[in-house]
Amino acid sequence: MTGWLATILIFLPLAGALFVWLLPVGRLAGSLALLVALIEVGFWINALTRMDFDRAGPAPSFEQQTTWFSDLHVSYHVGFYAFSFWLAGLAVVVMAAAIAYGFWVGRERPRAYFGLMLFLTAAVVGVFAAQDLLLFYVFFEAMMIPLYVLIGVWGGPGRMGATVKFVIYTMAGSLLMLVAVIVFGLSRNSFDLVTTEPSNSTWLFLGFAIAFAVKAPLFPLHGWLPDAYRESSPEVAAVLSGVISKAAIFGFIRICFGKFPGPFDDFRVVILALAVTGLVYGSLLAFRAPDVRGVIAYSSLAQMGLITIGVFAQNSAGLSGAVLQAVNHGLISATLFLLAGTIERRTSTGSLDRLGGMARGRPALATMLMATGIITLAVPGSSAFAGEFLILAGIFSTGWGWAVAGATGIVLAAMYALRLISAVLHQEPGPAVPEAALDLRPAELGILVPLVGCLLALSAWPAAITGNTLARNDQTPALERISFP
Amino acid sequence: MIDTPSVDWFALSPSLVALGAAALCLLIAVLTPRWLLRPLAAFTCALGFVGGLVTAALVYWKSLDAHLIVADAVSRDRFAALAQLIVMGAGLLTVGVSYSARMRQDHIGEYYALLATAGAGMAFLVQASNLMTLFLGLEWFSVCLYILCAIEIDLVGSLEAGLKYLIIGGMGSAVLLFGSALVYGSTGELGFSAIADATRAHDLAGDPILLVGLAMLIAGLAFKASVAPFHMWTPDVYEGAPTPVTGFMAAATKAVALVLALRVLTVAFPEKEDVWTIAVAVLACISLAWGNIAALVQSRVKRLLAYSSISHAGFMLIAIAAATELGGRALLYYLIPYSAISIGAFAVVAARERELGETVTLDNLAGFGWERPLLGVAMFTFMLGFAGFPLTGGFVGKFYVFAAASDAGWNWLVVVGVVATLVSLYYYLAVIRAMYMRPAAELGFAPIGGSPPREIMLSAAVFSAMVVNVGSFFAVQPLIDLAKNAAKALPL
Repeated sequence: MTGWLATILIFLPLAGALFVWLLPVGRLAGSLALLVALIEVGFWINALTRMDFDRAGPAPSFEQQTTWFSDLHVSYHVGFYAFSFWLAGLAVVVMAAAIAYGFWVGRERPRAYFGLMLFLTAAVVGVFAAQDLLLFYVFFEAMMIPLYVLIGVWGGPGRMGATVKFVIYTMAGSLLMLVAVIVFGLSRNSFDLVTTEPSNSTWLFLGFAIAFAVKAPLFPLHGWLPDAYRESSPEVAAVLSGVISKAAIFGFIRICFGKFPGPFDDFRVVILALAVTGLVYGSLLAFRAPDVRGVIAYSSLAQMGLITIGVFAQNSAGLSGAVLQAVNHGLISATLFLLAGTIERRTSTGSLDRLGGMARGRPALATMLMATGIITLAVPGSSAFAGEFLILAGIFSTGWGWAVAGATGIVLAAMYALRLISAVLHQEPGPAVPEAALDLRPAELGILVPLVGCLLALSAWPAAITGNTLARNDQTPALERISFP
Repeated sequence: MIDTPSVDWFALSPSLVALGAAALCLLIAVLTPRWLLRPLAAFTCALGFVGGLVTAALVYWKSLDAHLIVADAVSRDRFAALAQLIVMGAGLLTVGVSYSARMRQDHIGEYYALLATAGAGMAFLVQASNLMTLFLGLEWFSVCLYILCAIEIDLVGSLEAGLKYLIIGGMGSAVLLFGSALVYGSTGELGFSAIADATRAHDLAGDPILLVGLAMLIAGLAFKASVAPFHMWTPDVYEGAPTPVTGFMAAATKAVALVLALRVLTVAFPEKEDVWTIAVAVLACISLAWGNIAALVQSRVKRLLAYSSISHAGFMLIAIAAATELGGRALLYYLIPYSAISIGAFAVVAARERELGETVTLDNLAGFGWERPLLGVAMFTFMLGFAGFPLTGGFVGKFYVFAAASDAGWNWLVVVGVVATLVSLYYYLAVIRAMYMRPAAELGFAPIGGSPPREIMLSAAVFSAMVVNVGSFFAVQPLIDLAKNAAKALPL
């Protein structure tokens, strides 16, 4: 079965989605979807125990390859490298939490809703597992279909504008990528990611890099972000910022770095400059944002900038820090968006000037928000500190100026995180906070505690990821493991 | 005594079977009692298309080496057979869509007879291998379609559509005929390959008369394929014609016109390839630009789909402009999901039309997806297919077309196609938005009494179209093999 694990991780949720859509399961849809999502997590843990992190050579773990159409040499080729395996783990955990939240809240039209969530899970895992360029593109685009509907149908009042903006932005990027995929694949006469030789074409690199920069998003391509994060339901926002944005990080590492080493180096300064700008600008906007979701949304922009800095540091410290921070940020922003959802349910607003004083009499909510907020601002000892430290250490060795700018962003993170905590939990009770608003219910805790638990576990042992991202044994040159053949 | 050429009846059988069904339909129209007329005529017509499918498949199977038959007027090859399969499949789906249409009782037999005859004419056209058979096939199915467009004589829109189509289609045919005459005048030959030989032998590649003839041939075929700037009739005719007929025209007419264009251009004019590839590429760009931009502002769904079909003609012209074996493969593959999607999309519009009794607009589609789950989901996949999203054959089709263009060195054409795709997203997603994201209650529509009509035949046709659309994404290899073997018949 070991060889099939990547395929199982992709097709199990897809089968679940078809099951929920086609059979008259009615109100059972939510519990079925949750069950499938938990089994998916179980399969991922199973894969974790079988994963060979020391694997040498270019072939990924759990590799499987079948021809899809032979005349252009396109195949269904999947497998996991260590770094993509962690991202897939993030995806399955956050998706399970999001499905559980949707189930607990009770979304209308459950069969359509939960089917789409499972479909999205399959597409995201597929993105991280794809080892064929066209297959990667297929999964990358397939993510858009459920997201479009999830935001457009179950989103807030401004959902129409948000979806149009979201789709046009991301599709503009990914259609450019399609051109690059075709030209690259035809020039190599194969679309396989493992065996094709790297290319030196600047245009192709830009085609990919812009698509990922929109998806992440990097400054100045983040125009879709605030609307999409505000108008979608909390669990979809959690998935968007926690998981979907990581597809861009995967692309930066696997394709931009792995297949275009030359242009990657040429454009390093440009992209670092954009990433640093995004980091500072996003942090400032997060500090000024008037609502809870705004803070989290812009902090996501800042954090994606920071992770990109790590990737473009071009050394193993930066890269493993980026992967750790990608997982951290995924868990943090998912937790924060779900917490924002619970707050909005109690006060029917997310506006910070109408909130406040929620800590009084609500110890569980206060503890969760405090714990996540503290990890967000990267206090020493937290997993975010480990990630950011590695990223800064990595970038310091290529240029100390970048590290200074990056460190500023971290100071700003403390500002917005503390502002969020104090505006929601402390100060005088806001006008929108009813006296009777309940503390977190056991079910909500059941969703949030595992996420925070993952963060605390990573805080205790960040080396679980950083030590297993590139190479554990020093004999293997770290970067060569993903930048071959 | 006039010498008659030997006739390969087997190679002509797809046309003949459909034609036989048409004759039976006419007999049924006269001889059967009224209550039996609708099911029997529809069944006979469907049987004709199934027979066409089976015989076309047999011809495909048995025609390993392409050759000319019936005094070199008709070609027997896999290229034509695959196009016939597409036409017959489209016809079969159209029968399902038409079945529960409200139609004047005294027209039913004739309607199905004309549908089968049009299918036969299309099947004949794709086999044409000289300018006479080309014109014969073209007029054969066009005349049927003129009548089909106007068959709802009680509706002003339908009559107007028929008249417009007749006049502009006649104009297109005249241009094509004049072009054929010029080509004949220049080369003295009618057969496609003979034209190429004569051009080579007498060094006619620079002959201005031949050039003008070629241009007029392209224009004439572009009229039929509704390629901009020869598309003026398309929105009005597509909107006015009975919706099932519109679906059939969008799928089958376009398919045969493009398939034939590829055959004429590659077989008869290989010496002028440098000219016609550029002409076709320019037409592709105009179609993509015009179709997509005009579709953005449409509020009536049939009109929107009409402009979308113009833009898809542009995508398929990209494959023709590539003028390579890969391009031929891309065109033939593209046509398979595209035909199914077109008929399916118009079928869904027809269902909504019958439910509401009025023109379908983006506004009155509101809530449709939730009310009729099967049709809604199918329309969802059709729109994704048109837009070229993964998990639909439309994606693989676009991928092949772009790959063919890139392979032939037309990278800028790929960029044009990609930009057009991006623009098209706006209106394709607008349909999905209308169906799912704006509940009817929100718009304040009065609820329509009773449950929607049950249309089993239409649902079956829509479901089959959806299966083709999604299935062609997963089963690329067998379909591409079909297209590859078919494209080998052309000198690419």
